[in-house]
Amino acid sequence: MLQELTFGFPILTLLVFLPLGGALVLWLLEDGDLIKRLALAIVVLEMGLAVVVLRSFVPDSAAMQFTEHHQWIPPLGISYHLAVDGISVLFVGLTAFLTILIVLYSWDTVRGQVKEYYMALLALETTIVGIFVSIDLILFFVFWELMLIPSYFLIKLWGTGGEREHAALKYVLYTLLGSVFMLLGILLLDLNYHEWAVRYGIEPSYTFDFLHLLNAPIPPDRQLLIFWLMFLGFAFKAPLFPFHTWLPDVLGEGPFGMAVVLAGIKLGTYGFIRFSLPLLPDASTNSVVVLVLMTLALLAIVYGSVVALIQPDLRRLLAFSSIGHLGFCVLGLFALNFQGLQGSLLTMINLGFTTAGLFFVAGFLYSRCQSTHLSALGGLARQVPLLATFFLIIGLASIGLPGTNGFVGEFLILLGAFKAHWFYGAVGVLGVIFGAAYLLWYYERAMFGPLAQGLNRAIVDLNARERLICLSLCVMIFWIGLYPAPFLRIMNGSVQAVVERLERGSTPTAVAARPLARAEVVEE
Amino acid sequence: MYDLLVILIPVFPLLAVLINGLAGHRYSHHVAYRLACGSVGLSFLCSVAVFATTLRTGITREVVAYTWIFGGDLVVNLAFLIDPLTCVMLLVVTGVGLLIHLYSIGYMHGEEGFTRFFTYMNLFMVSMLLLVMGNNYLVLFIGWEGVGLCSYLLIGYYYDRVSAAKAATKAFVMNRIGDAGFLLAIFLVFVNFGTLDYTEVFARAGELSTATATAIALCLLIGAVGKSAQVPLYTWLPDAMEGPTPVSALIHAATMVTAGVYMIVRNHAIFDMAPVAMTTVAWVGGITALFAATIGLVQNDIKRVLAYSTVSQLGYMFLACGIGAYTAAIFHLMTHAFFKALLFLAAGSVIHALSGEQDIRKMGGLKARIPMTHALFLVGTLAIAGIFPLAGFWSKDEIMAHAFTHGHYALYAMAVLGALLTSFYMFRLTYLTFYGQSRVEPHVAGHIHESPGIMIKPLLVLAVLSVIGGFPGVPPEEGWFHHFLDPVTVGVLSGAAHQGATHPIVLLMVVATVIALAGWGLAHFLYSARPEAASQWAARAPAAYRTLFNKYYIDEAYDAAFVEPAKRVGRIWDWFDRTVIDGLVRGVGGMTQGGSALSTWMEKYIIYGSINVLGYANHLTARSWRRLQTGMVHHYAAIIVAGLFILLHLILLW
Repeated sequence: MLQELTFGFPILTLLVFLPLGGALVLWLLEDGDLIKRLALAIVVLEMGLAVVVLRSFVPDSAAMQFTEHHQWIPPLGISYHLAVDGISVLFVGLTAFLTILIVLYSWDTVRGQVKEYYMALLALETTIVGIFVSIDLILFFVFWELMLIPSYFLIKLWGTGGEREHAALKYVLYTLLGSVFMLLGILLLDLNYHEWAVRYGIEPSYTFDFLHLLNAPIPPDRQLLIFWLMFLGFAFKAPLFPFHTWLPDVLGEGPFGMAVVLAGIKLGTYGFIRFSLPLLPDASTNSVVVLVLMTLALLAIVYGSVVALIQPDLRRLLAFSSIGHLGFCVLGLFALNFQGLQGSLLTMINLGFTTAGLFFVAGFLYSRCQSTHLSALGGLARQVPLLATFFLIIGLASIGLPGTNGFVGEFLILLGAFKAHWFYGAVGVLGVIFGAAYLLWYYERAMFGPLAQGLNRAIVDLNARERLICLSLCVMIFWIGLYPAPFLRIMNGSVQAVVERLERGSTPTAVAARPLARAEVVEE
Repeated sequence: MYDLLVILIPVFPLLAVLINGLAGHRYSHHVAYRLACGSVGLSFLCSVAVFATTLRTGITREVVAYTWIFGGDLVVNLAFLIDPLTCVMLLVVTGVGLLIHLYSIGYMHGEEGFTRFFTYMNLFMVSMLLLVMGNNYLVLFIGWEGVGLCSYLLIGYYYDRVSAAKAATKAFVMNRIGDAGFLLAIFLVFVNFGTLDYTEVFARAGELSTATATAIALCLLIGAVGKSAQVPLYTWLPDAMEGPTPVSALIHAATMVTAGVYMIVRNHAIFDMAPVAMTTVAWVGGITALFAATIGLVQNDIKRVLAYSTVSQLGYMFLACGIGAYTAAIFHLMTHAFFKALLFLAAGSVIHALSGEQDIRKMGGLKARIPMTHALFLVGTLAIAGIFPLAGFWSKDEIMAHAFTHGHYALYAMAVLGALLTSFYMFRLTYLTFYGQSRVEPHVAGHIHESPGIMIKPLLVLAVLSVIGGFPGVPPEEGWFHHFLDPVTVGVLSGAAHQGATHPIVLLMVVATVIALAGWGLAHFLYSARPEAASQWAARAPAAYRTLFNKYYIDEAYDAAFVEPAKRVGRIWDWFDRTVIDGLVRGVGGMTQGGSALSTWMEKYIIYGSINVLGYANHLTARSWRRLQTGMVHHYAAIIVAGLFILLHLILLW
């Protein structure tokens, strides 16, 4: 199904381990300023590498690119297999981009334990990039789990709320619970492959390699079982309604940098489009599965938006808005057609600029007013016009105003959903209305009207670093909004491959499958 | 060259937005307004050139700028369609837009945020131009939501005022309800045609089944109702008067709110296939025309009276669309843009003269103090009331005549009654503002002054247009305007229009004139000849008066029916989220903690050693890291190890 392209240089390995290596260097340093500068240099270098990857990426292709493949634990078929394709490459760029912004944001907002903070942040970047470039499922799982460690410390130690310890615990427990199921699913995939490989005498008979696993047909019943196991893993992580209750706590209590990562980088829904749909096409198109997932998606959209409507705290509001947006992503994925998948993928990227951007804005508000709660805000537009302007631009992008990135993604999702069944599209557009209501209502009360009591008239507007953050977000918002062609071209090839895979299913006749599978494995 | 000309029309104001928006704080107001007005002026010149070319060649052109969204079977270009309908809209938007921009230089003089105002106004021009120029539904939709955004920004221009902020949010959200309907229409079009380009969709519109066409048309209507403030989504428009007066003139009278009418006319090929939808459009229009007019009878804010009048006049345009009189709808759209912009700007001149006073109970006798403004306002009033031979007479009469000659007698009756009310409330407004005793508050009275030339001159142009603007449409149904628009607007239903007999039309004109004069006479009687009669009449039917004065309590009803329940549901679900869902999860969490007893054992004997080594290293290097060591992480690590353990066993023993 997929051909592989290599690159003369192990750039993905470097991308994964550069931040971690940087973190180790930071460990040796004592000077706070130096630590910050070095951290910035590392994340900028990382972005540079990501740009090289994005620029060398062959668009309109379904190929796995920049492949690196080494044996790791051969008896178990576990390999160190890195590659990116149109589905994952943009996430790598997004992660690098957001980490720079987080470093800039943290520059003078993180005061205690500076060294440890940046070490944790860089380690986090390594694990997230690792998740996106892993083609081997065990490798993927390792990064997936390792991510919890820096996250846990970031939430617990640098959180802003009084309940941060509880939130950190909750986050870890939740994801862990899901991961156990996911691991079982991965294991079943491996065993299924083994069974098939043994029958046809294919060696090695154990593999966790995504590309190899694609070759082995999986009986529909088993697909369903694996699908639901993987579903739990991804749904807890995403999080999807009704597994979402860690999100408001973590986003509300944790540090803003962590909130940016969790709200902006959609690991859970990535898992669906990366693994669930291609590996389990028959389960993914199963009518019961589709019905359940679409129902959850629509519930998430309506539920998230309506609950967001009454949240007086911007961070909790954004958490529920994220739940709604994730509903949109799932709606697109399980529309199972080109526009739905494309829109869903683009929206996952978009949220890294919009929802994550709004968390930066929340952070700016917090720095100035020591709160993101409406009881402490009001009438700020006159005092901080730039902040108000960027808040509005990013906010409008998040509710999908045409001309911004949010619209392109949301439109494609809704179009795809509507093509699947008019009812999905018709309920989905309710999110469009509620989105405007909860965001603008909050904005009206926080920014317009007379200045709130207790607020100082001397509140200062955005400083240079904050302006840089907002400007770079806006550049991305309008670039994708007005000229999305480069992004669409990068993803289109892989999206098309997923669509075809969904149409064909995973069970070609055994006779046809055999020589095909052999050929590909031999080639490898 | 021609293509470039077309593309430049929206690009000029866009450049002005970028320059004023990004660097506006660096230079003086003079540079800002010159840029803003200059860019609109250039757009206007380009529009005239494009119009002249279309007039000469009669060719419909499509200009593709670039491919915007694509993938699978979807391709959407950022592209423009130039045909007679677009040309008319271009001239109205850039022409009236330019005049209002010029007026704003004087009106907004000295206001805080002067540059911001012009940036928003230019952004509005960009959006409106995209809306009328797009060659597919999605480009129209950029403009469609873009004008909604600018409307939001400009209604909330005085954002310190709570009422302005609330009105802005309300306008945007109500618009979005319409936009959601419009999106559904776009999806339906794509599912049925596989494209969003007008040319192909309209060429193949005949393939649609009546049911599908009706579904598309009704979804489009939802969009149009939201944008053009028709029943039941009209309540945002009167509140939108919180914005500066030039905004009310440009956005909430002449251009944005007419977008719904433009969109229906543009899509008439689909509406023609859906008789049920057409009837709905006509009745929405008719009801709105009458309903809004009744509210306008008793309002005391000069701008709100004009706002209800706008809602009512838009109702006429919808009515026209619904009975297939598409050309008449666009004709009325154009003349309305002239006289309503004139009325709003003249009202702005009054407000300017009275240092911001908008309550007509505190006006009166202004004719002598600001004679020029009075004359201009009177021209506008005569035009909207439908006095022969001003612009409003021709366009409104054509709609009513079309309704009558095509047998829509009930709609005709509503339109005639609406015309009577229109004439009445407009003359009421004129009398209360400019005639009779002065009721101006003493501290304001000393400062009354005529507006500066930069405000009056654009009004003169609009006044001339309000007088002569109807002549392109004369004789009715056979004028130059009709022949120009025929290629775009002639549909199945309007085809029968040309056989209408001439005699009834002349008769209907007489009726219309009598009606207009009757309204004038009544207003004269109540507000000039016998000023005390008005309050006596109101006192005689207090319930009816209160109902009208409170706008039929529609705002309150919507609040009770939609807004409050939505908040209540939100609160209930929020509670549900915190207690039930989270509670369930905590229950599961408790089970996990039980399981962790097991992992504690594993931790103790299997991985404690290794962790300990690490811990010792930490102890030596960074004391602060000790805080990180909690039982939780140990549990966590233990579970991972356990998982891998199980994994290995399963693999090996399978």
